[in-house]
Amino acid sequence: MPLPMPGRRGPDLGDLVARTARGDQDAFSALYDAVAGPVLGLVRRVLRDAAQSEEVAQEVLLEVWRTAARYQPERGEVMTWVLTMAHRRAVDRVRAAQAAADRDRRAAARSHTPAFDEVAEQVENRLERELVRRCLRALTELQREAVTLAYYRGLSYREVADLLAAPLGTVKTRMRDGLIRLRDCLGVAS
Amino acid sequence: MTTGADLHTLTGAYAAHALPDPEREAFEEHLARCASCAQEVAEFATTLARLGAAETVTPAPELKARVMSGIGSVRQVPPPARAAVARPGRAGGVRRHWPKLALAASVAVAATLGGVAVHQHDEARQARARADRLVEQQAALGSLFTAPDVRTTSATAGTGKATVVWSESRGRAGLLAAGMPALPPDRTYELWFDDAGTMRPAGLLPAGTGAVLLDGPIAGAAGVGVTVEPAGGSPHPTGAPVMLLPFV
Repeated sequence: MPLPMPGRRGPDLGDLVARTARGDQDAFSALYDAVAGPVLGLVRRVLRDAAQSEEVAQEVLLEVWRTAARYQPERGEVMTWVLTMAHRRAVDRVRAAQAAADRDRRAAARSHTPAFDEVAEQVENRLERELVRRCLRALTELQREAVTLAYYRGLSYREVADLLAAPLGTVKTRMRDGLIRLRDCLGVAS
Repeated sequence: MTTGADLHTLTGAYAAHALPDPEREAFEEHLARCASCAQEVAEFATTLARLGAAETVTPAPELKARVMSGIGSVRQVPPPARAAVARPGRAGGVRRHWPKLALAASVAVAATLGGVAVHQHDEARQARARADRLVEQQAALGSLFTAPDVRTTSATAGTGKATVVWSESRGRAGLLAAGMPALPPDRTYELWFDDAGTMRPAGLLPAGTGAVLLDGPIAGAAGVGVTVEPAGGSPHPTGAPVMLLPFV
């Protein structure tokens, strides 16, 4: 299975979304094949719990079907659109579950090593995975932690600041600086 | 409370969904007015999607089976431009509804203008900002937008989209178009009022993009048509309409 990164091998995802918007189930099936692995992988990375992750991934994929007509190509790649939705949902789930388990979760997060070492084993595209790891390693420690705690753990920037015992303003700017470096390292075109 | 200059530094936290709701909302208002922020957010979203895609796993086949059987009971939303303009104001209290309608019209315009990439859920706020600019730029149309009984309808033709805005009480109509296919220099788009099947000239739209106030009163016309005519326009349509927008 090709890893459906933007502009790489595989079907034209924009075309599949356009056909999905018209109710074409075959197109949606092909779109599913392209995005389900990344969606489930990302959601599982954030939520950890396998059963809950499948449930959220299913919601996201149905949302792709439901809102295909809202996708606007000029606003970004299909994979970005889908994974942004997936991340949003996963984070919402984290926040909803948070009130009860707040202390425990922070304690657990604190005991973790930096997230970039945990990139999943089943990645299809080794080169892409290696590139992401290399780019994460190129960040300063604070930049990397700010980005990965927020993105892979679904923490708010205030929680990140608490966790790292860093001022809020510092965390905000490190998050942005880290993403700028990652963007440039990964060659994301403007 | 985060204010002013340091709002811009929130692009990273926003793209990573790391802002609590009140701050997210404040930032989205800023985002709607800050093209460079929107650009940066879009780039960060793409960057983070790369991180997300690096987590790819192989889902169990049962997930696909559940999703494919699930779509049978999930109703798909229509495209935003049509969805947004489908609901004219109700009788009574229409005055209160006009900002929503102006927003609806501007969503159609925003959808056609494309432009700065932002997250999907910023659409409404960004559209509102575009509506503001649009009203400033188009004084004549502005008065139409603010009519208590303003209504809109949209249509597409190929890559082009158009929205007609009209008010019975003002008796005037405007047309907002974007992305209409380019025409050779000796051709122009011409607008018509549809008087029970007779086309009445209502002005030209040479570039295929822009906002114009239609010439003449609505005067009971059933809708607006768009044709391609020789440069300078024609007294009567010489070809089939490329677009028809009924006043409904």
